[in-house]
Parts: sequence; structure tokens; C-alpha cells
Amino acid sequence: MTPTPISALGFDEPSLVERAQSGDSAAFTTLVEQYQRKIFRLAMNITQNTEDAEDVLQETFLKAYQHLDGFQRNSKFYTWIVRIAVNEALMKLRKRRGDKFVSLDEPLETGEEEVKREVAVWEGNPEDRYSQEEIRKILDEAVESLKPDFRTVFALRDIEELSTEETAEALGISVPAVKSRLLRARLALREKLTRQFKRKGEDVFAYL
Amino acid sequence: MLTCKQFLQELNDYLDPNVDAVTKVHLQAHVSECPNCFVIVDTTKHTLQVYKGIEPQAIPDDVKTRLWNALERKMAARGRE
Repeated sequence: MTPTPISALGFDEPSLVERAQSGDSAAFTTLVEQYQRKIFRLAMNITQNTEDAEDVLQETFLKAYQHLDGFQRNSKFYTWIVRIAVNEALMKLRKRRGDKFVSLDEPLETGEEEVKREVAVWEGNPEDRYSQEEIRKILDEAVESLKPDFRTVFALRDIEELSTEETAEALGISVPAVKSRLLRARLALREKLTRQFKRKGEDVFAYL
Repeated sequence: MLTCKQFLQELNDYLDPNVDAVTKVHLQAHVSECPNCFVIVDTTKHTLQVYKGIEPQAIPDDVKTRLWNALERKMAARGRE
């Protein structure tokens, strides 16, 4: 019997994973094609270094292929490779930062201190005023300015759209820690993007 | 009523579509009365939308080539096992 081409089936993750686990290299290749850009984006967001992100990308899929038999199909394949990628990316960060790197397991100051906030509405949609490339640069710079703990949580929750529980599991931290880091990250990014995208002449500042 | 500081501590809950109705009403009461927090909520929503709206950048061709070469080697090695 002639096997059905993958393209004719659409993207059916569980079936592709099952076929890949039975030794079908083409099925694994399709999974890589589907997720490589997202894994590379995640690696860039965490490491902020192209060379490291490339290593993370490669290691993630090589390890996934190597340990495919151990993957339990009761969880999502994507969540599984994200966990591998996060581990690889954090190892890269630790290596680059040496002992100065703060472990994600350590408690962080999460109190919302008195900060000066920019309270100004945005000038329409940034998409109407800037090219995709310009927006991407602004967004990347804003993420890069966050501490690794915050940008990792933000990347997993708000960019890769993992749940709070999945994020906590991937990072080996508690759910409340994910929530507090996400809040800090979101507010910091809001602040930076508002400075960039606010309506001209609306230099209203407020102490909250 | 909540202070702005208390409200901002709960901002994630306010933005969570699955938050329970009682919490939502409690938080909404503050936003309805506070123009500053209304703007913060609005611009935070915009921030999340703009991040979600951007497509992942294409992987540079040389990076992709190295990935595929590494995978092919791995697959070939497994085939020989």
C-alpha cells in the first residue's frame, strides 16, 4: 500500500509523532519544519544571542529525535520540545554569564514598588505607522532590556502561549512565581512600548 | 475601592478571559472610576496584541542548512544502528 503523503493529511501532530516514533524520518522532518521558527524565536528571546539561539535550535531537535521514544503522547509534542529548548537556552545563558547568573529557582523581589508610569494612549495601531521590520526591532529591543527571568516567562506565556502551569513546569518554578514575573514583564514592556507608540503631545505622567 | 497599586497587582487577573465573574466585577469597578488605570489596561492589551501579532522571523538560510545537515547525520546514524 502506498503511504498517504503528509501534505494530503494536513498537520496532524499526534499522528506525525506516532509515525516519527515508529522510525518515519519524514514525519519527524515535518514536525521540525512546523516548529523550527517558533523554537528559534524562543531561543532568541531567552538568550538574546544569534549564535546561542542557533545552538539551542539544533540541540533541541537533535535531543528530541534522540529521545523520541521516551516522549509520552499524553502531553503535547510542542510543549515537550519547548521544555527541551528552554533548558538548552538557560544553560547557554548560565554559561555566558558565569556565576553572576541568577538562578530561576531563587526568589525574586516581586513587590510592585512606587514607579513612575507613563500614562498616554497610543497613536492608533503601530502596524499602520511602522513596517513589520521596524515593529519587530522595537519589540525585540524591549524584550532584550528585561532581566532573563522576566523575559523567559513573558516569551513562554505571551509569545509561545503556554499556560501558566506549563510555564511553571518548563522552568521548574511555582505558579505564583510565573504570575508575578509575568506581571512585571508585561508592565515593563507596556512602559517601553508606550514611550515609542504614544500619541504625540501626550506627555502625561502619573505616579500610581 | 481598590487603590491603583492594588489594582495593578491584579492586572493579570483582569486581563485573563477565564477569570471568575466576581473578581472581574471587583476589578472593573476600579477601572471604571480611574482614567489612569483605564489607559494602563488599554496600553497593556495593545502591548500583548502587538507581540502576538508579529510573525516569527524566518530563520537565516545558513542556520537552517546547518540544522538539516546535523539532523540528517543523526538520522543516518540511527538508521545504521
